[in-house]
Amino acid sequence: MRWNDSRLLGLLPAWAIMIMTLLLPILLIIAVSFATRGAYGGFVWSLSGASYKQLLFQDDWTGALEFNPQYLLIIGRTLYLALLTTLICAALSFPVAYFIAQQSTRRKAILIYLVTLPFWVSMIVRVYAWITILGNDGVLELGLKSIGLVDDVDSFLFNDGAMLVGLVYSYVPLMILPVFASVEKLEGAFIEASHDLYGNAWVTLRRVILPLTWPGLAAGAVLVFVPCLGAVLEPVLLGGGKNMLLGSLIQLQFGTARNWPLGSAIAIVLLALVMLFLMANARRMSRQSVNET
Amino acid sequence: MSRRAHNVKNYRGTGILTVLFFLYLYLPIAVVIFYSFNNNRFASVWGGFSLRWYDSALHNRNLLDALQISLSVAVVATLIATSVALMAALVLVRAKDVPYRKLSETVINLPLLFPEIVLAVAVLIVFSQFGLENGILKLIIAHTTFCIPFAFLPIRARLQGMEPDFEEAAQDLYATKWVAFRRVTLPLILPGVFAGAMLAFVISMDDFITSNMLNAGGSTTLPVYIFGLIRQGTTPELNAISTLIIIASLIIATAALLITFRGRIEVAK
Repeated sequence: MRWNDSRLLGLLPAWAIMIMTLLLPILLIIAVSFATRGAYGGFVWSLSGASYKQLLFQDDWTGALEFNPQYLLIIGRTLYLALLTTLICAALSFPVAYFIAQQSTRRKAILIYLVTLPFWVSMIVRVYAWITILGNDGVLELGLKSIGLVDDVDSFLFNDGAMLVGLVYSYVPLMILPVFASVEKLEGAFIEASHDLYGNAWVTLRRVILPLTWPGLAAGAVLVFVPCLGAVLEPVLLGGGKNMLLGSLIQLQFGTARNWPLGSAIAIVLLALVMLFLMANARRMSRQSVNET
Repeated sequence: MSRRAHNVKNYRGTGILTVLFFLYLYLPIAVVIFYSFNNNRFASVWGGFSLRWYDSALHNRNLLDALQISLSVAVVATLIATSVALMAALVLVRAKDVPYRKLSETVINLPLLFPEIVLAVAVLIVFSQFGLENGILKLIIAHTTFCIPFAFLPIRARLQGMEPDFEEAAQDLYATKWVAFRRVTLPLILPGVFAGAMLAFVISMDDFITSNMLNAGGSTTLPVYIFGLIRQGTTPELNAISTLIIIASLIIATAALLITFRGRIEVAK
């Protein structure tokens, strides 16, 4: 390839931008995670494993190392909420996608448009909407008070449940679309055949419909699970300071806590989790395509 | 259709679940819009209908400044990202024997694979190391990066869905490569380019994580400004601002849908 080859020139800007603002910076995060915290925030370039040690241990009052599970708990909570969000999204999406797929072409188009519409609304506005509902003197509290169910609650915010509601709300369209695509391709003849062979509705669902639409569910699971791992707005605004996830923890370290090396180490942990999941998924998919051929 | 009394493909309850699901999707948005007309200073206690919060939102200097910064960053980032993505897509779909074709596609789509908070931290460290001070420039650079795959994917899809026959015919008729591109290829893929640019624009306008990480005086974007307001508590003015954003988003979403839809019909013809 010559230097003025149009193929090279066409790809050059994209490569240059990705190398300068993405690949090199990621290497820099790895470097910073091994640097030392500066006296006034930021960092100084002197090699240290302190950030990674801090993820697991803290110094007790005698200066001896003591196991400290607080960061492991945050990693665990992140994985747990991402998994739960994915499962809830799948459970919500399947019946809805199935129902939409049964409609006429025109109604299908309108309903799918309505599913994707909230997704275009700014993320921060969608999260804010849940604050007006769950927050102190919010719609939910006033509603429950007016029918006499509760006396006075502080707020329904700042717990795992509030984060879960927000995460599901944010990412459920990403599950519906692939599930709908696979449910729509489902041949009605298979369902009828199952009934003709005396399979009842439940058996047909479990043995015919779910196996045939599995690829859509798997694709949706990746699209929901991965962004959940790195969610920031939901944990910051709905979870609060006591219920952090990895995303809000990184934000804190680079913000008010001003501990860049620790923040970098946590960012590397998050990146590693996402990459592990994506690699496992890619392997699963390539195995699947081998089985199909 | 089977002769059965009921259609075996219908599962009882899916209809009701779908209705409940749409309530879940739209109720929060409806609540925000409803309370934006609330005359009362306290967000959730109804005090009669009023448009005064819209008036105060539209006269809020800080809000308008933030909107202006968001728009400038989004427009510049969209233009750069779409041009870069268009060039890359033309090479990757049309050119023959491109070395590292698969790798190039993966690299262009990397911002979709990585969690945004990690990208945000990465550019923050780079900018601090290289001493880049200009807040707007930092935002434009960072936004361009994550907008590229959003611009790239619709353009690539459009190119892949189009046979190269027209371009070859143009070249058979002695059109130079550039004329063939400008007069034949570009008009044909324009809906894809529009869809990509629109997506990039919306993603940039909506971005919170990166813009917040890079936030400094004079470069506060709209979502970052709103985040600050939310931190101070819910107010009817915040509801009015949110409602205006919701309306703008719905207009853009519908426009994007119509453009892609019309594009599809033209290809079908």
